[in-house]
Amino acid sequence: MADLRVEVAGVPFKNPVIPASGAFGFGREYEKFYPLSKLGGISCKGTTLFLKDGNLPPRIAETPSGMLNSVGLQNPGIDAFIEHELPYLQTKDLTIIANVAGSTVEDCITIAQKLEGTAVDMIELNISCPNVKEGGAAFGSTPQMAAAVTKAVRGATSKPLMVKLSPNVTDITAIARAVEAEGADAVSLINTLLGMRIDINTRRPILKNNTGGLSGPAVFPVAVRMVWQVANAVKIPVVGMGGIASGRDAIEMMMAGASAIQVGAAIFADPYAPVKIVDEMNAWLDEKGIGSVKEIVGTVKPWGPDGQ
Amino acid sequence: MAYTQSLYPILRKQNLARGIYDYTVHCPEIASEAVPGQFVHIRVPGFQLRRPISICGINRQVGTIRLVMEIRGAGTEVLSRLNEGELIDLIGPLGHGFTLLSPHKKAVAGGGGIGVPPLLGAIAHYGENGTVITGFRSASAVILQDDFKAAGARAILCTDDGTMGEHGFVTGALQKLLETETPDIIYACGPMPMLKAVAAMAAEKGIECEISLEERMACGVGACLGCACRTIKNGVEGFSHVCKDGPVFNSKEVVL
Ligand SMILES: Cc1cc2nc3c(=O)[nH]c(=O)nc-3n(C[C@H](O)[C@H](O)[C@H](O)COP(=O)(O)OP(=O)(O)OC[C@H]3O[C@@H](n4cnc5c(N)ncnc54)[C@H](O)[C@@H]3O)c2cc1C
Ligand SMILES: Cc1cc2nc3c(=O)[nH]c(=O)nc-3n(C[C@H](O)[C@H](O)[C@H](O)COP(=O)(O)O)c2cc1C
Ligand code: FES
Repeated sequence: MADLRVEVAGVPFKNPVIPASGAFGFGREYEKFYPLSKLGGISCKGTTLFLKDGNLPPRIAETPSGMLNSVGLQNPGIDAFIEHELPYLQTKDLTIIANVAGSTVEDCITIAQKLEGTAVDMIELNISCPNVKEGGAAFGSTPQMAAAVTKAVRGATSKPLMVKLSPNVTDITAIARAVEAEGADAVSLINTLLGMRIDINTRRPILKNNTGGLSGPAVFPVAVRMVWQVANAVKIPVVGMGGIASGRDAIEMMMAGASAIQVGAAIFADPYAPVKIVDEMNAWLDEKGIGSVKEIVGTVKPWGPDGQ
Repeated sequence: MAYTQSLYPILRKQNLARGIYDYTVHCPEIASEAVPGQFVHIRVPGFQLRRPISICGINRQVGTIRLVMEIRGAGTEVLSRLNEGELIDLIGPLGHGFTLLSPHKKAVAGGGGIGVPPLLGAIAHYGENGTVITGFRSASAVILQDDFKAAGARAILCTDDGTMGEHGFVTGALQKLLETETPDIIYACGPMPMLKAVAAMAAEKGIECEISLEERMACGVGACLGCACRTIKNGVEGFSHVCKDGPVFNSKEVVL
């Protein structure tokens, strides 16, 4: 049995596998399949200041090896999260990440302040949701805006702060460096890639929102590349996600530079995916005689210009 | 209540009509918990998302459920190639099923096309007090009539082209029935225009009405918030989720 414990910005996780925000709600549904304590942590559904209804349905479209979603951050609001969801999660013995999604900088500050003193172990500031008009991706699209919102939230919280980056930018490393400079303790990536599907019979987009976020195995190579680039550009830890569906995928992502990983769309195909990934990682490490999963982080040996 | 996900053997496969298959699956854990109107979420090899399919019949004694599915696209096409003896990956039972009153009450169910299978379990509960009105494109698409009769229900059949049963739609036949009878509850499953019409008739007559909705799903368990539908609960309009709060809703709660 390999040592699967990891730390991200000083926050301990009993293993590196964390269900991704939006794919796992607040964990209640999946506790009906297995105890949540099997997981390293949970990244909760993106939470706004007030209850948010989300976008009109249909919100889901299938794609080759993936899916689009345009849920639009439907959530009960931060007060309901703290009052109804957090007390339940606190009893489950896993690291709790609150995913904060304000539509203005002021909202982000207020949400972070409300989380002070709660059992939340870490804040994941979502500056990358492609499905809402204000906030979300708008914050993550330029280094200046990403820096400004990070600075504001940094000033409002004493909790470890992880900023979740959008892949829908020209240079994700510039954004990562900007949030690092303003005091982010970690970055997580990638959020979904903007996509679209059209029903050719009706000539209408499948999603009522017209466009949506692509995730699932289709995005995995893009995510590995971005995690690798960002891990090389910043000193703070990186949490990697995007298309991870197996223990081998998780190991690959960690070799690219991720200190821990999140699993989203794979859970829809197999609700046990996060638990299986933990077991598969453990088996692979044992087979290779590697004592601790931490030893593989960032160990990819890239080819040099000389082909060596 | 726990959810179950596993591979289950297909005991029997029958072709009911062109492109419509009837599977009997041995899954005692699901059969023991399931109620009419609930569904299972089926993994399709090679596809990212599972496919929701209603539970058409439940046999607790032998631990089987029955699934009737029509080929609609690439995923159901792959599922239709599964054969007896092969395994099928199900999560279930999912969602909120039909409210079943005392079997002495009178129930009427209206279903169109592939919306008919989920009504079998509900109407069977009422034996001779059940009436089912089903509608299909044409004689070649008609399914489950013998099953409804075997369950003791009165079965009124309509086809759009008049090739079998009454010439016309489910809504017309229901309208006629409601002129002379007042059931205690109406159930409906089928295309949206039909659901709207049935809900309107029930409202006009003041009869309880439950309808089964469809929406595109990812998780199937209420976590991803993908399968939203507009509802009014306690006077507040908002989104509910077909996979968890439904697929069966009280027609008064749904914004159609
Ligand atoms: C609660 C519920 C119960 C259902 N019960 C039955 C049943 O008993 N028998 C039956 O034959 N069909 C049933 N359906 C419809 C069935 O789920 C779809 O026909 C099927 O998902 C189509 O998949 P496909 O790959 O063949 O089609 P595609 O169009 O290729 O599918 C593409 C994507 O859209 C989704 N999708 C397409 N049509 C529908 C639809 N009508 N509802 C939900 N998602 C859809 C698919 O799941 C998939 O994710 C039910 C749907 C729901 C929501
Ligand atoms: C249905 C759905 C809802 C999501 N909601 C959120 C959200 O609220 N906040 C967020 O930061 N990311 C959200 N995401 C993005 C995921 O957390 C993750 O970044 C992305 O899906 C890539 O990982 P995957 O390929 O493993 O799904 C959502 C993804 C999906 C599929
Ligand atoms: S499909 Fe995920 S909430 Fe219904």
